Amino acid sequence: MSRNKKILLFIITFIAVYFIPFDSATIQEAIAEGFLMLQYYAQEHVIFCLIPAFFVAGAIANFLSQQAIIKYFGAEANKILSYSVASVSGAILAVCSCTVLPLFASIYKTGAGIGPATAFLYSGPAINVLAIILTARVLGWQLGLARVIGAVIFALIIGILMALIFHQSEEERQNSMVTAGGEGEPPRTGWQNISYFAILILTLIFLAWAEPEQAEGLWYRIYQIRWFLAGLTLAILAVMLYRWFTRQEIKEWLAETWNFTELIAPLLFAGVLIAGFLMGRPGTEAGLIPEHVVADFVGGNSLSANFLASILGAFMYFATLTEVPILEGLMGLGMGDGPALALLLAGPALSLPNMLVIHSVLGTKKTSVFIVLVVIMATLSGLIYGNIVL
Amino acid sequence: MKVEVLGPGCKNCKTLAERVKKVAEEEGLEIDFAYIDDMNELAERGIALTPALMINGEAAVTGKVPSKEEIKNILSKN
Repeated sequence: MSRNKKILLFIITFIAVYFIPFDSATIQEAIAEGFLMLQYYAQEHVIFCLIPAFFVAGAIANFLSQQAIIKYFGAEANKILSYSVASVSGAILAVCSCTVLPLFASIYKTGAGIGPATAFLYSGPAINVLAIILTARVLGWQLGLARVIGAVIFALIIGILMALIFHQSEEERQNSMVTAGGEGEPPRTGWQNISYFAILILTLIFLAWAEPEQAEGLWYRIYQIRWFLAGLTLAILAVMLYRWFTRQEIKEWLAETWNFTELIAPLLFAGVLIAGFLMGRPGTEAGLIPEHVVADFVGGNSLSANFLASILGAFMYFATLTEVPILEGLMGLGMGDGPALALLLAGPALSLPNMLVIHSVLGTKKTSVFIVLVVIMATLSGLIYGNIVL
Repeated sequence: MKVEVLGPGCKNCKTLAERVKKVAEEEGLEIDFAYIDDMNELAERGIALTPALMINGEAAVTGKVPSKEEIKNILSKN
């Protein structure tokens, strides 16, 4: 940080501390609410959800051959295959938000072109493993599932529409393309990788297993023995690590896990604190934003509520995962299920800062069309989902 | 030797840039260092996975932050 920036920061902090009416009950309540929300996250979501999820993300970044996936984005790759891979591979490739833009630029410039590139850009940030796990855990599995399905299906539609609309200029562009370089890494043995990840994900699922509403049936029985199941999968995991992995690999896995934690956790908790401060915990009305404001704008499942949520999502910047506590706050204040999904879909895919980067790659015309398509598709998914759930 | 770190300006990329500079300093190596964050240039050079480390225009590492040991090996080979 430069000295001028620091001075500016000092001045802003000073003015804020000088003028904020800390003695007013509303502000005090909102501050307390922020910390209560933070504590609720710390108690409910960190140990059995977030920490295991960071380990899974670390493993994915370290042990899966990303190079092997990227070859499906090449200029010569089968079109149908590259669309399908583009719309689902975000789960593996987009664990960190900063990997999305270079991959997008590369698919567009040197690979399969604008269709798969925009499909990847739309679904990638929405379906990375961390985002799905936290969405399902905090906001409910229905919304988690809807987020995955909505992101994948609409990514395909947006990609194909972009390719159709810019059919002409794409053909001219393809002629002047350079071929992608990059070294190929040999992938690890297939079935070992698959069983290792299956065990990791199973452990995560058992640890995070929520108590079902009815105290009977299969889900409840699994809930009763979840510790035993998690212990079992952890034991299997220990054997796998011992037999299949070198010490160096395990060290790299742990280092990568720490990288993600260091990168994401502080922002997430800052987001939780701010969400609590502004909107209060679900069920309370202690936050700064009054309930009727939220209910007026994005309550229910009308076209305007969904549209507004999409626009908000498209322009606002959410640091990785912070969309989840913010939405939790908004839904607690009466935001409808449909608009919630609309915001979840438009939010991570677009923000003002990344629009600038996308613009530098695609140019004005294509970027505008892409933004419009994202807003329309997010609104549509919200409308459909809201009507199914309600 | 021309050493370039490529990435969109995220934390991992900055970590790599700092680490490379530090290793070069510790080893007393003369490097011509540059940080490239223009997406178009990344794509044209065939870099899809970031952060990436390029030595004299050749990709040495892509998609991860290598340890100081690895960087030392890469730099001393060139």
